[in-house]
Order: sequence, then structure tokens, then C-alpha cells
Amino acid sequence: MSTFNQSRGLVIKLIIGAAFLLLAVRLFQLQVVHKDFGALADNQAYFKKIIVPSRGLLLDREGKKMVENFTVFDLQVTPNAIKGMDTLAFCRIMGIDTATFNKKINDCIHYKNGRSRASVFYQMLSMETQLKLEEKMYAFPGFDLVQRTERTYPFNTGGNVFGYLNEASQAMIDKSGYLQSGEITGINGLERFYDRTLRGERGVEIYIRDGKQRIMDHYKDGKFDTAAVAGRSLKTFMDIKVQQVAENLMANKLGAAVAIEPKTGGIIAMATGPGYDPNLLSGNQKRQNLGRLLTDVTMVTFNFATQGEYQPGSTFKPLGALVALDEGVMTPSSGVGCGGRYNGCGGKGVACHGGGHGGNLRNAMAASCNSYFITTYRRALENPQYNNIQAGYLQWKDYMSKFGLGKKLGIDLPSERGGNIPDTGGKRGLNRTIGTTTWNSCATMTMGIGQDRMLTTPLQMANAMCIVANKGYYYIPHFVDSIVGETKKDTMLARYRKKIETVHIPDSSFDAVIDGMEAVVTSGTARRSAIKGISMCGKTGTAENSFKGKKQEEHSWFVCFAPKDDPKIAVAVCVLNAGQGGQYAAPIASLIVEQYLTDTIKRKSLYNQMANKKIIPGYLKQMKYEQDSAAAYDRFEVTGDSSYIMKYLPPDVLRALKQDSIDAVNRLKPQPVKNEKDSSSIKAKKPNEAVLPKKPLPNVKEKDSVKKKNK
Amino acid sequence: MSKQIRLKEGADNVLIWLYILLVGIGLLAIFIVQYREQHNLMQVMLKGTYEYGKQLRWLVICGVIATFILLTDSKFFTATANLQYTGGMFFILLTFIFHSTVKGSNSFFGFGKVKLFQPAEFTKLFALLALAKYISRIETDFSKTKDQLTAAAIVLVPAICTILQKETGVALVYFSLFLPMYREGLPGIYLIYVAALGILTVAAFLLNPLLVIGIIAAIALLIILSVKGNRRRAKAIIPKTITFALIGMLFTYLALPTIYNKVLPGHQKQRVIDLFGIDKPAFVTQTTEDDAIEAKKKKASGSEYNVRQSKIAIGSGGFIGKGPLNNTQTRFDFVPEQHTDFIFCSIAEAFGFIGSLVLLSVYFLLLWRIIKVAERQRSAFSRVYAYGVAAIFFFHIFVNLSMTLGLAPVIGIPLPFLSYGGTSLITFTAMLFILIKLDADRQMALR
Repeated sequence: MSTFNQSRGLVIKLIIGAAFLLLAVRLFQLQVVHKDFGALADNQAYFKKIIVPSRGLLLDREGKKMVENFTVFDLQVTPNAIKGMDTLAFCRIMGIDTATFNKKINDCIHYKNGRSRASVFYQMLSMETQLKLEEKMYAFPGFDLVQRTERTYPFNTGGNVFGYLNEASQAMIDKSGYLQSGEITGINGLERFYDRTLRGERGVEIYIRDGKQRIMDHYKDGKFDTAAVAGRSLKTFMDIKVQQVAENLMANKLGAAVAIEPKTGGIIAMATGPGYDPNLLSGNQKRQNLGRLLTDVTMVTFNFATQGEYQPGSTFKPLGALVALDEGVMTPSSGVGCGGRYNGCGGKGVACHGGGHGGNLRNAMAASCNSYFITTYRRALENPQYNNIQAGYLQWKDYMSKFGLGKKLGIDLPSERGGNIPDTGGKRGLNRTIGTTTWNSCATMTMGIGQDRMLTTPLQMANAMCIVANKGYYYIPHFVDSIVGETKKDTMLARYRKKIETVHIPDSSFDAVIDGMEAVVTSGTARRSAIKGISMCGKTGTAENSFKGKKQEEHSWFVCFAPKDDPKIAVAVCVLNAGQGGQYAAPIASLIVEQYLTDTIKRKSLYNQMANKKIIPGYLKQMKYEQDSAAAYDRFEVTGDSSYIMKYLPPDVLRALKQDSIDAVNRLKPQPVKNEKDSSSIKAKKPNEAVLPKKPLPNVKEKDSVKKKNK
Repeated sequence: MSKQIRLKEGADNVLIWLYILLVGIGLLAIFIVQYREQHNLMQVMLKGTYEYGKQLRWLVICGVIATFILLTDSKFFTATANLQYTGGMFFILLTFIFHSTVKGSNSFFGFGKVKLFQPAEFTKLFALLALAKYISRIETDFSKTKDQLTAAAIVLVPAICTILQKETGVALVYFSLFLPMYREGLPGIYLIYVAALGILTVAAFLLNPLLVIGIIAAIALLIILSVKGNRRRAKAIIPKTITFALIGMLFTYLALPTIYNKVLPGHQKQRVIDLFGIDKPAFVTQTTEDDAIEAKKKKASGSEYNVRQSKIAIGSGGFIGKGPLNNTQTRFDFVPEQHTDFIFCSIAEAFGFIGSLVLLSVYFLLLWRIIKVAERQRSAFSRVYAYGVAAIFFFHIFVNLSMTLGLAPVIGIPLPFLSYGGTSLITFTAMLFILIKLDADRQMALR
């Protein structure tokens, strides 16, 4: 019986062989082909505890701490370790009820790190709560106090210079090469630029953990741990008092004030208006505040000093004069006749401030004579030395580049912009925009007075003043003087310590221009801003501009440096849409100079007047109104709450709506049963509607009326 | 000395060495999971505190049992086969009344929370002996349906009892005893039936039931059309085809859903659908919201987690492994049931693909050797028994490894000689050494 079935033994062997082959193939697939399991296992088994070192501070020129750290305590909880604790006592200390407690624990379990790992229960405990808790911590198993640092700004200034801290975005992580996901990093300003110096190096301690995420051992007794390196502080050139004064003066205005020490290129102060208190972007309320600040129509988080590009207007004139003197197309004593208007190019011409002031450079500068500077600009371009207008213009553009215009200076802040001095060729070049290659100097004549296609940032103008004050050289403007504990490896500051001598203009030419600028303050357009006992050289500017094709109030500009003989500070101030340069920019700049050179402000009334003056351009108010009314309308659409939108309805529409609702109520009276359903459904939809309870607002009409009002 | 000579007389050395090798690997696997630097090995061995200490004690007991078996006259096993089977069945039936209530299974003999032993675990040995004895009777003829049914009953009665005690995994092992029956002449068509049933089950889980029925009908139609010309063949084949098609349709449409919905407990349903990587079988048309939530909960902490962790542990071993005691996944409780059903993970993690392949080869050699031994037996009893041992070992090895590798649903059956646990180790040892004893005495007269 057995032998004839022997072939079946073979079949059984085949089945077994096939099964083992299948297992071997699967093993090969899992262990050799598939590469992800190793990483998955490491993630599970190793717990990398990140040791975050304390971040470096920012010090002003006297060593005062402008940006500090302070310790906060978070309360963490590991839900499954809570056993037999006195919840009531805990809630009493925390000032919450048990329902909130349960909800928070549930959130930790379901939305945060789960039952067996710690999640944040409460962020930033108050000092009082923290002390009370610390005493009783033994009675609350599962809860831990965890120390963490936050930034604080004792002087409440410098938001746009310092930047703020936040969690790194994925894009930043990818770009930086050193950030890790979830890491707190500088988002803009100095915090971003010097992030690597300030942050130090994070340490890592490796632990082994088990299947329930409990920490078991220190892996190999810490053989593979790396120690944390504390962040290093930065000593800056900033003078925190000047910074405060400058920010106060720029409050309620749009624009920027930049003060630089000409001999070093160190930035003493950089204030942007309207600005914000950097403490808003630290701590508990960061997220809400950030949302509000970033959407503010007055662009509080925008650095007008390095990113705002505006026509410099007449503040450009000292540079124009230097070019003309160096080219030899004029001398300090040569004059231009001015009858109150420049008509050299036909047409309507360019208006001047009165007449009869073009006699020499000094007078022309003091009175800001447009005729004079357009003439010198045209002479420079049409210099017979060069074959054609393009060559003349390019030579002029080369001068501008040497003065630091039309290119990024390379300040130690992120996202700097370079302004604009147009090229001749290319898409935006003059040949294309004018429409011909045979243009003459008339086509760009207002560039000679800092208008037209010329755009500069306030920083560039302050730097240009440094060049004038230094008579030909500058340092790249920068905030940071030195790194505390600097070593030879820190090369990032090297370029800020290199003297840049690009313009080789004789001192005599500079002296002539500086004389003219002194006259601006002593007898010219900025006489109101003269400071007793300080010889200041300056130049006002009143730059024409438009927004969406509509002409707006001029930008008020002023550039200056002081004292004349030994310049210690160069300032550029630009107040947007504020009118004449002498009216706002010059006083603000002079107050900054006064504060820096004398350490006090004697002209208190001028200071208060400038600080309190509110200059917000009309189009921004309009923009804000549109934004708010649209938000109110959205709110009404979503929640049915009409209390916000009422503010934006014109009175006649409001009256008509009220009358409608009274009519509707009257109509309802005879047949209440039939309409009961309707009214109840409306009620249910709009529970907060107080004024018009019985009839829904006519949506379309309302939307129109909001728009009408806005126009 | 004389005793030792008698003990080893005629015994198959290859099998004994393979056995020692395997239990050694098993001890090592448990050791690299459990050992910590602070353990004092002497104390552990004396006191048996940790699982590897306990396993060592079980091994000593196994050695004693093996010695006893080798000293026993091989006639004893044939003579008492039916008695042992009856005894085993008695305990299985008794367990219906006296069972411990631990862990949802009713298959452990005991009282209340006291868990003594699992009769179904060692009754498979008795069932195998009884089957061997029945088949080796001279009057048994496997071409007769009556004898086929009797043999099947010997195997299926304890299996069904075990299923009723909610221990499906152990019960399935009994089905492996159809392999020796096949070897002894059970018609091969049954193998095809089983394969077809398997394919049909998988299809029913994954495809729309109407589609499955359509495919069955299409295949039946194709067969009928292909034999239409030949009247004689048609006469023979068409009724059979129609019968089988109808059975297949009933199976997919009625039997399988009924088994799935009514018979399988919840966690086993989950294991099956986890294996297929689906939310619910295709034949379950509607799920209430509660079911869906329930399923989600189970998924989060259920068998899918086990298999996932098991795969991570095995996969992270890589080609050459992490080395013993560096097997983080298996050392630190990531894989559940680490010492018992998922013991293979620790070998695979610590010794990698190379080590796993070595273990696989050892198992393969063992099975190969057992079959070789089986074929050289002169008595039908010994041959059937040997094939039965091979089948039971093969089933355990294949299903256990498939489970840890994510190829089969999570069925709680141990890996022979490696998994921690006294009952299984003793049972497997006894099975193997009875075989060795029978083989040693093969020269004696036919039984």
C-alpha cells in the first residue's frame, strides 16, 4: 500500500520547498530590499533629547542689554502618570475648574503627545502660580515644571531691527542646512541675519526608550552625546536712547530714520514708522499679535529704511553737485539764472522755490534751486568728453553706483532692497522706457533733482551722507560691532571692517558741497532745524510721488551730518506723504542729531510736537476702511451678527432698513400663524440680530451700499 | 556506560544534533531579548527568574522526557495510541466544564483564574498516534469513502472541540494531519479542492461578491463549452462542473459571510482584514457607524500594530543584523508577545538576513531529514507518524514565520523549539523523540 504512493513524498517535499522559498524571498524583501525599517526602528528606539542653549543677547554701544532672555515655566503633564492626585487643590492653584482640567487633559491625550509622553498643559505660568505649584509639586504626580527662555525687550524698541523669534518654517529648514523642525529661530532682522551666532549649537543626549515610550537608559553612557554651545551675544553700534527718540519721533507716521556713524559705518539708530513694540511678539500672545501686525495696513512690520524705495528728491542734490564738480562742467562759483522755473527743455518746465538764487553753488544748495541742478545734471550728461548721451549717462550712473545708489549696500539685515538707477539698455532701461535711442538729457532731466525713475532707500541716503562727511569713503552700514567672544573663525564681520574708497573726488569739491549744505541749515530751507552750538550740514527734499496713478502729498526728506568739522553722525529721514522736507523730516533729523551729540534734547516742545503729529496717508485710511468693512460683512455672512456691519452702513440705508422692518412687523400681525415658521427659522439663523429681528437684511443691497460708502 | 549505549542505539544522530542546535538558538533568542548587564547568570540559572532561566529549566525537563522516551519500548506507543487519544479527548471535553477564564480562551484546563494546561496542545500528538494506528491497520483502505471519513473524524473531532473553545490557531494545526493522509493515498483531488477553496476565500474578501459569482459562472461556462463536442466527456464533466460552481457560489454568497459574521470573534475578524489591508471584507455590504469606530479603535492598538512592529524589527536587522544585545526593537518591548509567538524577530533583528537564512535552513534540514526518515520506515505506523510530525512542524514553522513576516493573519501558534513556553517545548520534544525511537527500532518486525 505504501510503495505506490512514494511519488507523493516528492509532492510533499515540493510543497515544503516552495513554502520555504516564499519565506526566504519575503525575508530578503524585508531585510535587504526595503531600506526604511532601520530609520523607523531608530526613531522608535532612540530618544534624542535636544539641549537648547540660551540665545545670545544684543547689546548697544554702551553695553546695555537691548534684547534679553527671561526664564518662563511651562507646566507639562504625562496623562497616564496622574494617579491619586488632589485635582481640586490643583485646580485651585491654577485658577481653573475641574471641567477645564479634564478638557485640557483630554486635549493632551488626543491632540498632543498621547497618554504616556509629556505634553504642555499650560504655557508661561505667572510667577505667583509657579511658586505655589513648586511648593506642592510632590502632590501632583505626572506634572512637571519645565524651564524655557523667551525674549524680552527692556526698552520696548527696535522691533524691525531685531526681528522676532518663531518656529522655523519648512522652507527655512531646507535652506539653512542647520535648523531642525520645530526649532525656534530668528524670523527677520538681526535675529535672522546672525541666527547662527546667537543660537549657539544645540546639544543632543541620546536615550534608549521602550515600546511604551518610556526612557530606559542613557545610550552607551553618553558616549554619542554632543554638548550644547551657548549662543554668543552681539555688541552693536546702536545707541538705545537715540533709537528710542527716533522711534518716538517716527511714531504715527510712515517712513524711516537712519543714523550712521560715518567713521565706522556703524548704525546708531534705525527707526521705522509707525513701528511696533517688539514685546508684542514674545510670549503668550505672540500668535494673535503677529496676525494683527502682519495685516496692518500701515505696514508696521515693514522695514521702510532698508526695503522702502522712494524718490530722494532734492536730498540727491549734493551728490549731483559733486558729480558736476568732478566732471569739471561747473565750478563752485558758477551760476545759473533762475526765474522761478526751469524752462530749458521747453514745455511747462519745472517749478522752483522762488527765483534769483542760482548765483553760486552755496546759494543754489541753500535754496534748493531746481534750475541750477537740472542744468548741472544736463551738463554732466552732455559732457563733450563722451561721444553720445548714453556714454555720458553711463558715466553719471557709475558715479551713482560709487555713491552706493542703485544697488544693495549689504547691510546686516535680511531682505535689503537696492533702489533704482536705471540702465540705458535692457527691459527697464532708458532706451526702452523713453522709446528711442537718440534721447537727449531733457528726457531724464528730473533725475537731476532726485525724481523720475530714481529710487533710493533711506539707508542708501544716510550712507551717501557718510561718503560726503568722510570726503570719499564709507564702510558698509552695519549694526554689529563685534561678537562677544569673537574668534578668528568668525569671518562674517570682515567685510564691514573694510574701508571702501570708490569715489576719488578732490577734497576741495567736497568742501564746496559741504559749505552749501551748511548754508541749508544756517540760512536755507532747514533753518528752523538748526541746533544751537552744533554746526550741522544738511539737505532737505520734497519728493513728488503718486499711488496707483494718483498724485499724493510729497514725501518729506532730510539728510544731514554733524558736526561739520569732525562728523560723528550722518542721518537720513524720510516721512512719507508729509509734505515739505523742512517741515517734518528736518526737525526729526536734527532732534536725533541733538540726542546723539549732546545726550539730551533741549527743544522739548519741538520734540513733543513732532512725536505727536499723526501723518497717515489718506489712501491708507481708505484701505483700512475697506478692509474693516469687508471683514464686518464677512462676519455678518458667517455668523449673522449685524452689530459690526451697522457701523459701515450709510445713514439713509440704515433708516430705510429700519422702516422695512417696521413694515414687515406690521404685515405679520394679521396672519401670525402662517409666518411663524419663517420668522422662527430666521431667528434661529441670526440669533444676535437685535435691530432687525423679523426680516433678513437684503444682502445684495447692503453689499452695494458698503461699497458705495467706500468710494 | 551500558545504559548510554542502549540509549543511542540506532538513534538518528542528525535529528538529535538538529534538535540541540534549535533549542540552543531558542535559548539564545530569549537571552538576547531579556539579558541586562546587572543580571547574575549563576543566580538566574539556579532560581530560574527570567524567561531564559525558566526556558533552561524546561530544557532540562525535556532532556529527562527524551531519555525516558528513548528508554521506552517502541511498542508502547502503538499499543497505547488509542488509549492516549481517548485520554486526550477526555481532557478536552472536561475542559468545556473546567476551564480557566483568562484571556478570552476557554481551552485551558483549570478553575477560575488558575490556568493549568491546554489539552488541545498535546492531544495533537495523541491524534497523530491514533491516526497512524488507524491507517496502519491492514483492513484500512483509503480508496473507500468510509475509511476516509473515519480518518478525517479522528483528526477533526478534537479540532472542532478546540474551535468551540475559541482557540482557532491550535485547532488549525490538526488540519495539517491531512498531509500524511495524502501520502497514504487520500485522493489528490482533495488538495485541489483545498487550494480552490483558499483562492475563493481570498477572492471573496477582496472582490465584489457578484463579480466573484460572475467569474465562477464564466469559468464553468468555458469548461462546459470546451467539452460540448464530445458527448461522453460532456456527460461526465458537465454535472460535476455545475455542482462545483453552485457550491462555490453558495460558499462565497452564504457560507463565508456567515462564518465571518457569526462564528469568528471580533479580534480574529480584525486580524484577517488587517492581513488583506482592507477596512472590511467585500461581502460585508453595510457597516454601522459603531462598527467603523470599533474597527478604528482595534486598528490603532490591535494586531496591525503587532505585525508592523514585527516587520520593523525584522527589517531593521538588515543584511548582517545589529549583533546580539544590540537588537533595540526586540529588547525594549516594541514587539508584543516577544518571547512566545514573535520570537523569530529577535533572531532576525540581531543576526540579520544571514542569521534568518541559517535558521530557515536548519528548519528545512530538519523537515527534510524527517521525511527521509519517514520514507525508510518499514511499518506504516512509523511512516504515518513521521509524516505527521513533519506536517505538524511544517505547519507551525510556516504559519508562525508567515505571521511574523506579515504574510498570514496573526494566529497564536508557537515556533517549534524556539518559542518560550513549557507545554509547547515538551510536546515538540516528545513528538520528535518518539519518532527517533520508532526509527531506531525500525529493524524490528512490522507492526
